[in-house]
Amino acid sequence: MTMSKQSDDLTQPLEAGRTFFNTGMTILSGVFTLLGLIPLFLVLFYVLSQGFSSLNADIFTQLPAPSGTLGGGFGNAIQGTMIMVAIAASISVPIGVLTAIFLSEYSRDSGFVQYVRFGVNVLAGVPSIVIGVFAYGVVVTTSGGFSAYAGGFALAILMLPIIIRTTEEALKLIPWELRLGSFALGADRFNTIARVILPAALPGIITGIMLAVSRAAGETAPLIFTALFSQYWLEGLNKPTASLAVLIFNYATTPYADLQHKAWGASLMLLILVLIISIVARIVFRRRS
Amino acid sequence: MSSTTTTSNAYQVRNMNFFYGTRQALDGINIDIPAQSVTAIIGPSGCGKSTFLKSLNRIAEAETKVRIDGQISLFGQNIYDPKVNLTQLRRRVGMVFQRPNPFPMSIYDNVAYGPRVFGTKGNLDALVESSLTKAAIWNEVKDKLRTSAQGLSGGQQQRLCIARSLAVNPDVLLMDEPCSALDPIATLRIEELIENLRTQLTIIIVTHNMQQAGRVSQNTLFFNTDESRIGQLVESGLTKEIFFSPKDKRTEDYITGRFG
Ligand SMILES: Nc1ncnc2c1ncn2[C@@H]1O[C@H](COP(=O)(O)OP(=O)(O)OP(=O)(O)O)[C@@H](O)[C@H]1O
Ligand SMILES: [Mg+2]
Repeated sequence: MTMSKQSDDLTQPLEAGRTFFNTGMTILSGVFTLLGLIPLFLVLFYVLSQGFSSLNADIFTQLPAPSGTLGGGFGNAIQGTMIMVAIAASISVPIGVLTAIFLSEYSRDSGFVQYVRFGVNVLAGVPSIVIGVFAYGVVVTTSGGFSAYAGGFALAILMLPIIIRTTEEALKLIPWELRLGSFALGADRFNTIARVILPAALPGIITGIMLAVSRAAGETAPLIFTALFSQYWLEGLNKPTASLAVLIFNYATTPYADLQHKAWGASLMLLILVLIISIVARIVFRRRS
Repeated sequence: MSSTTTTSNAYQVRNMNFFYGTRQALDGINIDIPAQSVTAIIGPSGCGKSTFLKSLNRIAEAETKVRIDGQISLFGQNIYDPKVNLTQLRRRVGMVFQRPNPFPMSIYDNVAYGPRVFGTKGNLDALVESSLTKAAIWNEVKDKLRTSAQGLSGGQQQRLCIARSLAVNPDVLLMDEPCSALDPIATLRIEELIENLRTQLTIIIVTHNMQQAGRVSQNTLFFNTDESRIGQLVESGLTKEIFFSPKDKRTEDYITGRFG
């Protein structure tokens, strides 16, 4: 074998070609990272600059007012979104986490698990408007009308595959040796999961749930078919319910500048809401572990 | 209980064959392992030492699909009897792994884990202290019991894992190359600890280190692979006999380093 002659000098730089390539690739990846960040910052900047001026105490306390009238807010939409997301989370988190535990801990690669996993992936790809139509058929038509329940149900279906997939990934990241260590002490599977695996995977699971919550909070299509909208404060979980997403949709598509302006405010409110939920969840669960 | 010359056997292994799926890993193992002493398992890489160890507490089946024929009995009870409760078996047979695997929780909680799982009544603090003391790590951790076990050094983590096993008061301790990730000083501490534990329980230790096998064990098993790369037990006996007057040529070659 012939090796090109190597210098002993440790300070000798790489050949020009390699140095050039190296630097070029570093710059290129930096540039593309920036390109990727541009849309993110543009969205944030736009929502902030357009929506900030319409934020005031009224939006929390007042009901929507018609175009042309002064004041008015969308307190009922904030309330509705929070309630429906809470309903959705209380359905999808237990089901999703338990499903993921089954997929990852009980029978990793059996045939049945492959089908379940495939089903979850398909569900993740179902357009949200289809989920809306489905919830309409299953809940709205059978329960006698639009309701917060129906909206929560639709959002739960939307959240389910996200929670299952992220939780399964979080569980798989826990080294197999920890499970063996627990089994070797005589612990059964339940104790191993409840005392070792779940606590270790908790940060990843919380991140997944937050992802699902943010996704659900911003969905419009499933809610139009299920919760519709309401001009009033929530009168009951079985009544049509307002939501930020539908309010934004309604206002942004009107020809009235003042309502469009409120739509920006509602968009900003939605972002803030999701941000607050994520931060609170992180603080609470970091304390505990 | 006499400490060195005991006649009872912890394990009796009869015609044991071990299969990973359809691939055979161990063939026709027959051996008695004496109680209250240290048995070393030596042999080249891939000869099935870990596999043998993992068949003794039935942890192999928690890892992958395996099949085991023949019979293995622990103090007279067949551990592959379908009626055996794995939880009971594994509580009586502790295991320390090659890589330290403390749970991501505090030092205290690691040791208290087993007793908590079994709902052990009594003074947990005292149990944690005595287990850590037996594992020769109490002095190093007594002021930071509530801190994460993952902040310990590798050698400390390994001794913590030993303490964790001792906390459920096992009869047998299986150790799979417990020192391979440790420096000489940590290794020495673990060897001392094995020496001290010997009178209380049965220890079976896999090691690649001949000197270590010589220092800590009374009996030695030499495993090797046959032509079809299936593991077998070539020779067993008192450690000094295996080391100084091996009967089998392969054992002699392995011990003197003229192998392969
Ligand atoms: N989980 C597994 N699935 C399939 N085959 C395995 C598995 N674990 C081990 N084997 C095979 O069984 C044989 C024995 O492996 P084992 O780990 O028992 O060897 P060992 O003597 O402990 O080796 P080492 O000294 O390198 O640790 C090897 O051929 C190995 O490839
Ligand atoms: Mg091994």
